[in-house]
Amino acid sequence: MKSNSDTRVVVGMSGGVDSSVAALLLKEQGYDVVGIFMKNWDDTDENGVCTATEDYDDVVRVCNQLDIPYFAVNFEKQYWEKVFTYFLDEYQAGRTPNPDVMCNKEIKFKAFLDHAMSLGADYLATGHYAQVRNNDGTFEMLRGIDDNKDQTYFLNQLNAEVLEKVMFPLGHLNKSEVRQIAQEHDLVTASKKDSTGICFIGERNFKEFLSEYLPAQPGTMKTLDGVEKGRHEGLMYYTIGQRQGLGIGGSGEPWFVVGKDLKANILYVGQGFHNDKLYSDGLIASEVNWINPVAESFTCTAKFRYRQKDSGVTVTKMDDGNVYVAFDETQRAITPGQAVVFYDGDVCLGGGTIDEVIKNESRLDYVG
Amino acid sequence: MNHIYLDHAATTPMDSQVVEAMNPVMTNIFGNPSSVHSFGRKARQYLDDSRRVMAGSINADEKEIVFTSGGTEADNLAMIGTALANQAKGNHIITTVQEHHAALHTAENLEKQGFEVTYLPVNDKGCVNVDDLTASLRDDTILVSIMYVNNETGVMQPIEAIGDSLKDHQAYFHTDAVQAFGLLEIDVKQLGIDLLTVSSHKINGPKGIGFLYVSNAVKIEALQFGGEQERKRRPGTENVAAAVGFKKAVELAVRNKAERSELYAAYKNQFLNRLSENGINYEINGVPEQTISTIVNLSFPGTNVEALLTNFDLSGISASSGSACTAGSVEPSHVLSAMYGKDSDRTTNSVRFSFGLFNTEENVMEAADRVAHIVERLTK
Repeated sequence: MKSNSDTRVVVGMSGGVDSSVAALLLKEQGYDVVGIFMKNWDDTDENGVCTATEDYDDVVRVCNQLDIPYFAVNFEKQYWEKVFTYFLDEYQAGRTPNPDVMCNKEIKFKAFLDHAMSLGADYLATGHYAQVRNNDGTFEMLRGIDDNKDQTYFLNQLNAEVLEKVMFPLGHLNKSEVRQIAQEHDLVTASKKDSTGICFIGERNFKEFLSEYLPAQPGTMKTLDGVEKGRHEGLMYYTIGQRQGLGIGGSGEPWFVVGKDLKANILYVGQGFHNDKLYSDGLIASEVNWINPVAESFTCTAKFRYRQKDSGVTVTKMDDGNVYVAFDETQRAITPGQAVVFYDGDVCLGGGTIDEVIKNESRLDYVG
Repeated sequence: MNHIYLDHAATTPMDSQVVEAMNPVMTNIFGNPSSVHSFGRKARQYLDDSRRVMAGSINADEKEIVFTSGGTEADNLAMIGTALANQAKGNHIITTVQEHHAALHTAENLEKQGFEVTYLPVNDKGCVNVDDLTASLRDDTILVSIMYVNNETGVMQPIEAIGDSLKDHQAYFHTDAVQAFGLLEIDVKQLGIDLLTVSSHKINGPKGIGFLYVSNAVKIEALQFGGEQERKRRPGTENVAAAVGFKKAVELAVRNKAERSELYAAYKNQFLNRLSENGINYEINGVPEQTISTIVNLSFPGTNVEALLTNFDLSGISASSGSACTAGSVEPSHVLSAMYGKDSDRTTNSVRFSFGLFNTEENVMEAADRVAHIVERLTK
């Protein structure tokens, strides 16, 4: 086996505290560490400054503190083609996409992994909160031990072949420990705020951002019984289960988005957090990825959103490669376009994209 | 792993004789050259000596030399300073699409200030066409700024012909000679040059100093204000030690011009031959016969510049390409885009190698082998 000093690890560095500490830990373990910043999005702020500049600057400063070489690589074209186009297509189809899942699948652990390998790297490391386990030659992905930060949900499209070449140095740490390590080593990113939201939108107003790319088509807002409740600003601005921004006043319980009719451009709303129309008992997922082979039908747990608690499900493979997922208990606000991710204990089995929402064995058409 | 430097067009190591010349000045000469006492006069002597050598190197008068912080400042002063001072004569400026950003971005800034700028194209040889220039000249043209040698391709521009074509025109002729000075014979009078930019750190001198030659006939405004230094054209206390180092670098360059050119051209040829011997497929960007001895810009079909440069660096080879964006990634070169079109693969698979003081025949060959190895691996 290669010694650590002969093992080259390319670390994907974002300029945040997590990837900074990932690089630091690998350096301390004696690896041949190379820091690389990915530029995926071309944008300038109101002062004409490239928004990636500050982050790259932090990468430079941290790498200099760690005395490791640093480089940048541009994946704007690939990101646009593989992630952003998908993102817009999904919104146009009335769904709620997850660009982070797609970015991990197509960019970080494909284009970027290839780039790292072309640099003679043995491994690619990132600051994700997840763990890789070599189980007698079978590579598995486990949740990060920090329940609150576990990021396997976003990594569900990775496969065992990729995981063999991947390191997650933070998987066994809590976020607070990561911050503490950064502080102890006086890393310039130690108290940098975590990024929030979708990376290319950043702190900006989501509605404004989307409207730059997709024409908004306002329409009517109705209950599923056909009672008109007002106007919506464009179906793409709403997601299933959403309460904010509907502008329906009056007495009684608050109103929620329960569905969309894309053809007729109607937003369906219903009253009450626990409105029956928000509940379903199964789903069909497409684009299903299994990290390692699984049985035709099995029980496990699943997440339908990031940071949600696991729920018991029964997964059955269908002829077309999709899977049918039956819930042990009914679930609220299952949203087409989001990821469903499966777990056996702490092992992430894989996941797919929620395509259809099922109740009493039939498709809930109003969900969209 | 030994690191081999092939990026002398970016900057050069200081010659040991330059360091030796500077050391006693940094140790003993601290006076302000503007002070009217013995300490000041001593410093002023060193500064004047340096200025005399600068002037002599291009057949100029001492009074025509303005020390600046380097090439960028000299380009800014030349272009903005003359544009502002000659507005009564006209509003039109001519430059080219392939200038160094120090000139190109200055021209863009002048456009914002209301000047009209014509950007001449370059052909696929990397050369500007003098006929394009004469066709663009107008009665109200006040400045023509065309670089002497392109910093990315090393292609020499037809400076003499440009100077000739401007002889009977009011427009001043500025040339950024940062990549040419020290290798080519430059006589500003003979070439009809009114303003000329030179940088110290490109010729094995210290960083932070350069000069602008401003012909006595040129009307120019200062861009900063303060004391009387540099005859008010560039106020601020002079960096005497750097000026002394710069002087030594210029003396060495003037003395060794021919040998250096020959030596670096030999390195370049050895490098290219070695790549060919290794079976590497490359194309030279720009026409080799018109390229300066130190620079070669190579396109490696089927590769990507970011993977190339990163791999080169990780195996100890320092080269470069175009310019990096502020977020570190490599931007497609505006020079190669101008020569071959925006969609040409050459804009994304080319690397500049530049030879100089750091190199020996041995390390050039070693570098070629490493480059060949990497290109071979990436194109497999």
